[in-house]
Amino acid sequence: MKIKAELMDEQGIIRTLQRLTHEILERNRGIQDLVIVGIRNRGDVLAGRINNTIRDIEGETVSLGVLDITLYRDDFQRVTESPVVQQTDIPFDVTDKKVILVDDVLYTGRTIRAALDAIMDQGRPAMIQLAVLVDRGHRELPIKADYVGKNVPTAPGEEIQVKLKEVDGEDKVLLLVP
Amino acid sequence: MQLKSRHLLGLEGVTKKEIDHILDTAVSFKKVLERPIPKVPTLRGMTVVNLFFEASTRTRFSFELAEKRLSADSVNFSASTSSVLKGETLRDTVRNIEAMRIDFVVMRHSAAGAPHFVAECVDAAVINAGDGAHEHPTQALLDMMTLREKVGRLQGLHVVIVGDICHSRVARSNIHGLKTMGATVGLCGPETLLPREVEKMEVTVYPHIEDALAEADVLNILRIQLERQKGGLFPSLREYRALFGITRERLDRVGRSITIMHPGPMNRGVEIDSDVADGEYSVILDQVTNGVAVRMAVLYLLAGGRTKVEGADDE
Repeated sequence: MKIKAELMDEQGIIRTLQRLTHEILERNRGIQDLVIVGIRNRGDVLAGRINNTIRDIEGETVSLGVLDITLYRDDFQRVTESPVVQQTDIPFDVTDKKVILVDDVLYTGRTIRAALDAIMDQGRPAMIQLAVLVDRGHRELPIKADYVGKNVPTAPGEEIQVKLKEVDGEDKVLLLVP
Repeated sequence: MQLKSRHLLGLEGVTKKEIDHILDTAVSFKKVLERPIPKVPTLRGMTVVNLFFEASTRTRFSFELAEKRLSADSVNFSASTSSVLKGETLRDTVRNIEAMRIDFVVMRHSAAGAPHFVAECVDAAVINAGDGAHEHPTQALLDMMTLREKVGRLQGLHVVIVGDICHSRVARSNIHGLKTMGATVGLCGPETLLPREVEKMEVTVYPHIEDALAEADVLNILRIQLERQKGGLFPSLREYRALFGITRERLDRVGRSITIMHPGPMNRGVEIDSDVADGEYSVILDQVTNGVAVRMAVLYLLAGGRTKVEGADDE
């Protein structure tokens, strides 16, 4: 795969997350009953950053959880080896809360489907809203993001690569082609 | 990461990296067991047959629970109520069951090597739940998981196994696993209950329990099987307890804490006293909890690669 374009640089990501955080607070009228759950890998990093921005705006953070959806995948029968299971850490009750699910890239929607199942096994949220950094189209399930950083039309063979400082050492969103 | 073998037949030959991976995976599954809904849909649609030719409540119950927590379907077979009584061979028994499309066989048998034989005859993944006196790998794995959790490490730990080592598959699997993970192993028990050629096993043999206690970080206490006494292998249960029983007095004399393990079921007042089994250094109940988590991890790791449908990875 080679790089076709740089979709976001470091400043771009910062500004986009700022806007998403403001949108989340606007629509939910503040942080009452709000919790954030990020999907590994990288969705959890973005969730942490959004939570920090919430603190800058509202003066306090909300409860933050991390979700590993490996055990809820629908492609388990097709993979050639068991994917590594990482820890899900949601140290609070999601029942009656407004859950903001955060992921880096929205593509077919199957990851989000798995995340919805995983969250429902933890309790009964009042509402689940989805925030993603990039929506690259090609949904295979009726799933839609409530908050989108950037819409990027892509071809199926292409790939969106999100790099974040905490994981990859730099902040960048790239479009890769075969 | 994939385990090297399609089956789990023993811990002999399993690498440190594989054992670490199984135990790490088991920790994640233990968290699943603590949730309000302690279930995940991961093995939905897969079928496990629990093929127990030897009596067992605890191990079979633990496997069944692990299978159900993963949303797999499980079917139980116990030899006493089956056509084995009519003289059906092991190969035919398994082949017949497989004709009904089974993904896993969890097997306990009195003949060492039986699971290995079955692994050759079927497509399913085979998990050894105890074959004769040979191996009981999931028991050793849950023992190691418990030690990692409660003591904090396996490397450099000195684990002494006390009791009827000769007839114990739990001991053998533990010896393989602990040595691979960098622990050292000691054995203590009547000479009649030590395995032949014990010198070749690279373990320390303690003829006296006091010497073993002086050096042990952990005691893994095996059940004294009452049948062995009838075979003349030791004079009486009272004498066994007098010489090798783990009592409060013996432990207090050591002057430091020793972690107490027992695979169960216990003969209270024979190999272990109640105040030791229920005492503050006992991790016996943790072993049971961890047993379900470890068995979930093993099923999960052996399930990957059982490709049912042709197709590429999806996102």
